[in-house]
Amino acid sequence: MSELRKLTIAAARDAMRKGDTTSTEITQACLTAIDGADALGAFVHKTPEIALAQAQAADARIKSGDAPAMCGIPLGIKDLFCTKGVPSQAASGILEGFKPEYESTVTSQLFDAGAVMLGKLNMDEFAMGSSNETSVYGNAINPWKVDDRDLTPGGSSGGSASAVAADLCLAATGTDTGGSIRQPAAFTGITGMKPTYGRVSRWGIVAFASSLDQAGPMTKDVRDAAIMLQAMCGHDPKDSTSADLAVPDFEAALTGDIKGKTIGIPREYRLDGMPAEIAKLWDDGTAMLKDAGAKIVDISLPHTKYALPAYYVIAPAEASSNLARYDGVRFGHRAKLAAGDGITEMYEKTRAEGFGPEVQRRVMVGTYVLSAGFYDAYYNRARKVRTLIKKDFDDAFAAGVGAILTPATPSAAFGLGEMANADPIKMYLNDVFTVTVNLAGLPGIAVPTGRDAQGLPLGLQLIGRPWEEAELLNVAYCLENAAGFIAKPAKWW
Amino acid sequence: MSIDTETARRVAKLARIEVAEEALPALAGEFNAILGFIEQLNEVDVDGVEPMTSVTPQRLKRRADVVTDGSQQAAVLKNAPDAREGFFAVPKVVE
Repeated sequence: MSELRKLTIAAARDAMRKGDTTSTEITQACLTAIDGADALGAFVHKTPEIALAQAQAADARIKSGDAPAMCGIPLGIKDLFCTKGVPSQAASGILEGFKPEYESTVTSQLFDAGAVMLGKLNMDEFAMGSSNETSVYGNAINPWKVDDRDLTPGGSSGGSASAVAADLCLAATGTDTGGSIRQPAAFTGITGMKPTYGRVSRWGIVAFASSLDQAGPMTKDVRDAAIMLQAMCGHDPKDSTSADLAVPDFEAALTGDIKGKTIGIPREYRLDGMPAEIAKLWDDGTAMLKDAGAKIVDISLPHTKYALPAYYVIAPAEASSNLARYDGVRFGHRAKLAAGDGITEMYEKTRAEGFGPEVQRRVMVGTYVLSAGFYDAYYNRARKVRTLIKKDFDDAFAAGVGAILTPATPSAAFGLGEMANADPIKMYLNDVFTVTVNLAGLPGIAVPTGRDAQGLPLGLQLIGRPWEEAELLNVAYCLENAAGFIAKPAKWW
Repeated sequence: MSIDTETARRVAKLARIEVAEEALPALAGEFNAILGFIEQLNEVDVDGVEPMTSVTPQRLKRRADVVTDGSQQAAVLKNAPDAREGFFAVPKVVE
């Protein structure tokens, strides 16, 4: 039984279709594993009744012969997705007790395809963080361990990464505003993909920075990312930025043939002081793609170093606007008021009690950069720099580059609490390789390709042309095959 | 640009977040660290560059201006901390 939860989506799909197992059996195996894994802090709201009902329905559907690929697949859902009647808190105290009356487009599509929800997953509060340490639920913990320290699974989709790496579910949803799918995927040895901006509907996903947010799959391998992405994306009239484009068959694109494909290696990503093992990982990955027949070219993305500073203007600005809705009136927490308190005190006390320190900091930074007198100096300048960052990529693609290979993170997973006394910028640097992709709206995928000297997983990132997720997945598939990363964390929880 | 305690107080007020007086200097310090980091953007020549509004060039879709949803008062009020007689209730706003 315990092996069932270790299946990939593809293997589970094939086994269920053949009648070798059922969704109910796989779901039960996952639920048992989840109950035994509270120490990981990954699942924060468990939904076993929903899961078993969905599994039963999926089994009937599979038996009838009408079974999409995701039918019967047990998933974890990041707490940022609104799920009808189930707590959806964005890991924030301000949404304490909030149970949406509606279902996000992504989860609707997954459930319509027959997928099973095991529960909601931990994350950084409002997806603001790179270590899952800003969650109101407490830390999610990385199943990988090298000594007695608890390591971060990364963030913000830390619970998703931890749950998939520990085989508590077959796959999970994540969201990525500056690296929140790809960094935790790299820290836990799994695959995580952020699609092109507009590929996946944002409707019903708690908004952080609307021009950057994009949901995507976090899976055990590249094939599963292709299968799950297929079910998540498509045009949605309820999201005005959702692209009305045909969705290709992503799994069918996985031929493993990348002969003649041009892969760009951006020189600006070779940072001063890059650890030798990250540089080697990158060189090894480059060699793998070359061996597979790709043409490797050095490219320049000259505005790379300005991506993080631009992000830390644009994302907080959008967040300060989006999070204005948490006012203690329509949903979530309202502070207890003192005699004589008016509506302003209600807002101020509610938001002080409900938001954690990192969220407060970002909302206030956003408020500042949008305030009269600073709007041009900060916000408009950052948006102009964003135009230049996107142009860097456009120029590379116009010169014939099909995909770009970079490290996913500047290091392996670090210990929880180790950054507690560092200034916030140090934590922000985790996203140095991923944030450019959000600013340019491109698809990106993190694939595990090696381990550091201590044995912790390390990942590489591939960046694709807009709307060319299929081609990108195929390059990732090729890299995955060549790297042959199969290590799993030893169970300690 | 350096942020002092007074500016931190004003920003907290604008953001409608209550910050205790004694926490303001530390907050101002954090703002300064972040803004110092952001200052790098001043090195970039942005003359003649359009500020980005949409990352994927697309025209926003339009639809007929008709009612598509509604009559869901109970669902809308379901999560309100204080709902009375079909309305959201808040402390007295007008004297």
